[in-house]
Amino acid sequence: MKMSYREALREALREALRNDPRVFLMGEDVGKYGGAYAVSKGFLEEFGPERIRDTPLSELGFTGAGVGAACGGMRPIVEIMTVNFSLLALDQIVNTAALLRHMSGGQFSAPLVIRMATGAGRQLAAQHSHSLENWYAHVPGIRVLAPATIGDARGMLAPALADPDPVVIFEHAQIYNLEDECPTDWRCDIARAAIRRPGSQVSLITYGGSLPKTLLAADELAREGIDAEVIDLRVLRPLDMATLAATVRKTHRAVIVDEGWKTGSLAGEIVARLTEECFYDLDIPPRRICSEEVPMPYAKHLEDAALPQPAKIVAAVRELLNA
Amino acid sequence: MLEFKLPSLGADMDEGTLLDWKVKPGDTVGKGQIVAIVDTSKAAVDVEIWFDGVVEELKVPPGERIPVGAVLATLRELGAESPPPPVPPRTSALPPRISPAARKRALELEVDPLGVTGTGPGGAITLADIEQAAVQAAAQMPPPSPPAVHAPAPVKTDRQAEMRKAIAAAMSLSKREIPHYYLAETIPMARAQAWLTAANTGRPITERLLMAVLQLKAVAMALRQYPELNGHYRDGSFQPAPAAHLGVAISLRQGGLVAPALHDVGDKTLETLMGELTDLVKRTRAGSLKSSELTDATITVTNLGEQGVEVVHGVIYPPQVALVGFGRISERAWVENGALSLIPAVIVSLAADHRVSDGHRGALFLTELRRWLQQPENL
Repeated sequence: MKMSYREALREALREALRNDPRVFLMGEDVGKYGGAYAVSKGFLEEFGPERIRDTPLSELGFTGAGVGAACGGMRPIVEIMTVNFSLLALDQIVNTAALLRHMSGGQFSAPLVIRMATGAGRQLAAQHSHSLENWYAHVPGIRVLAPATIGDARGMLAPALADPDPVVIFEHAQIYNLEDECPTDWRCDIARAAIRRPGSQVSLITYGGSLPKTLLAADELAREGIDAEVIDLRVLRPLDMATLAATVRKTHRAVIVDEGWKTGSLAGEIVARLTEECFYDLDIPPRRICSEEVPMPYAKHLEDAALPQPAKIVAAVRELLNA
Repeated sequence: MLEFKLPSLGADMDEGTLLDWKVKPGDTVGKGQIVAIVDTSKAAVDVEIWFDGVVEELKVPPGERIPVGAVLATLRELGAESPPPPVPPRTSALPPRISPAARKRALELEVDPLGVTGTGPGGAITLADIEQAAVQAAAQMPPPSPPAVHAPAPVKTDRQAEMRKAIAAAMSLSKREIPHYYLAETIPMARAQAWLTAANTGRPITERLLMAVLQLKAVAMALRQYPELNGHYRDGSFQPAPAAHLGVAISLRQGGLVAPALHDVGDKTLETLMGELTDLVKRTRAGSLKSSELTDATITVTNLGEQGVEVVHGVIYPPQVALVGFGRISERAWVENGALSLIPAVIVSLAADHRVSDGHRGALFLTELRRWLQQPENL
């Protein structure tokens, strides 16, 4: 069945709310407004204000309330409007949720799911266009997911709720309207990376909103006779190094596409790990295609220029293979 | 600025192939340190440097053939200011860049990357370059192909021919320029044999002494009285050597021979000499000699007794001025004090340079050598 990324997320949420009375959704504008990206439209009427809770504009407060509810036996889903606002809740996520199991000697954990939109590309300007997934991927104690397909948008929530520890899910703002076939069996793991396009000559490793761009680039490269494999990380922490190592051992070339800024990026972590684990399989230096290191511009042409784009990926691969 | 030039590793050497560097720019090196491996016609030789300094630039890349005297590297004296930051971005002296995957594949396919042209970023050798080179190599190889070698192939395959040429040059020079005279003396070996048997009693096989070691030590002791047999003749004059570095002729299984130096033989115990001789033979046959071992010999000793010959008429290895040859030790009828007896004996010969010594002194040397071999306990 064809559906949008937004619809797939909504279906997953609805299923969770219907199947488990411990599950509730809270965040800014999730109720009356239907969610900043309209994911929870109609939920207030369907599930009532007890389970679809509009919160004050205090990320620190309501994320903390989510942690408390999780410790108390509930299965809260906290929606943070965008990753930039999540910086206000960092203390609850990094210093509390991620550490509870450790600091209680295994007595408690916080099985909550935090969803947030991330990324640029919609002319939302510098303060609402961040890709800070790597900030969370840095922290032990939380699992970080980046659904980039309709299937993962539909399937990742259930295992995330089943995880006994906190899970952060990043939904890229640019792909809510993406439409595609939803696989009939959308159930999935939240442990492994996926090969989205098999290929033999170069591995394009990416995640989230950069996956559609990378697939477009791979198509273009195929027309030029370059057979690229596209890997979707899916899980940003812990990284599935087995899949990454396997693809590099096959193609001997790695290009990482990451919307984060290059300095201190997840792409940098992947290059480091591949160098540590697959040094003797690399045939060219790994390459990173990241956002330009500038505050995200508002102007459309400048924003486009600052982000990874299919043309940039194609050009980089072409240069690496023909140089 | 100091220049480290390719030394002549023997009178017969006029060029060599740099196989590998053992130092890199910025390294501090000391006199006697091995800095490079050079392939001569005889072996891959560990070349030692003869002064202290800090390596500035390696001028020759591995794989290059260079004449004796060519500058291999420049060094700066210890304590000297380091030069301004290096100006040349990349010189041809740097080895070619090769990707890690290509390097691994090259080992697996036994392809020498030195001969491969890189098509990767910045001219780096890639996996595809190595695989293509392997295919080409396979196509060119004759049907009953020997296993491929890693080092520059032409050098190794031609080594036997090269060595033959080198021996030809050295021996022709010797016979053309050195007026040889020859002397021989039959020396009783009963005492030496008896002493050796006793000395080896109770020793594990690996520590047993060989007669060759007694003979070498005896030669070195005898040379102390006859310095005109021990040294080098260069530029029309003889330079006696302060110590006896005996060139030990070692035949190679694939043909040819090398006579690397056993240093300071007169000052070492038989046990030490035995260990060093074993090591020298092993390394000679493995082709890993040090440059000093190839150049320092002051006289050559050859022992062809094991091959069954009675007497050796040697050819001097220039610029040395003498060669001592030992034949087979065998039972001989011997007359002493009017009585006939059977004793083990060996014929020892001396080939010497008449420009430096005369038969009279040579004869006295052989007598002295005989005397030493009659008192093995003092060796």
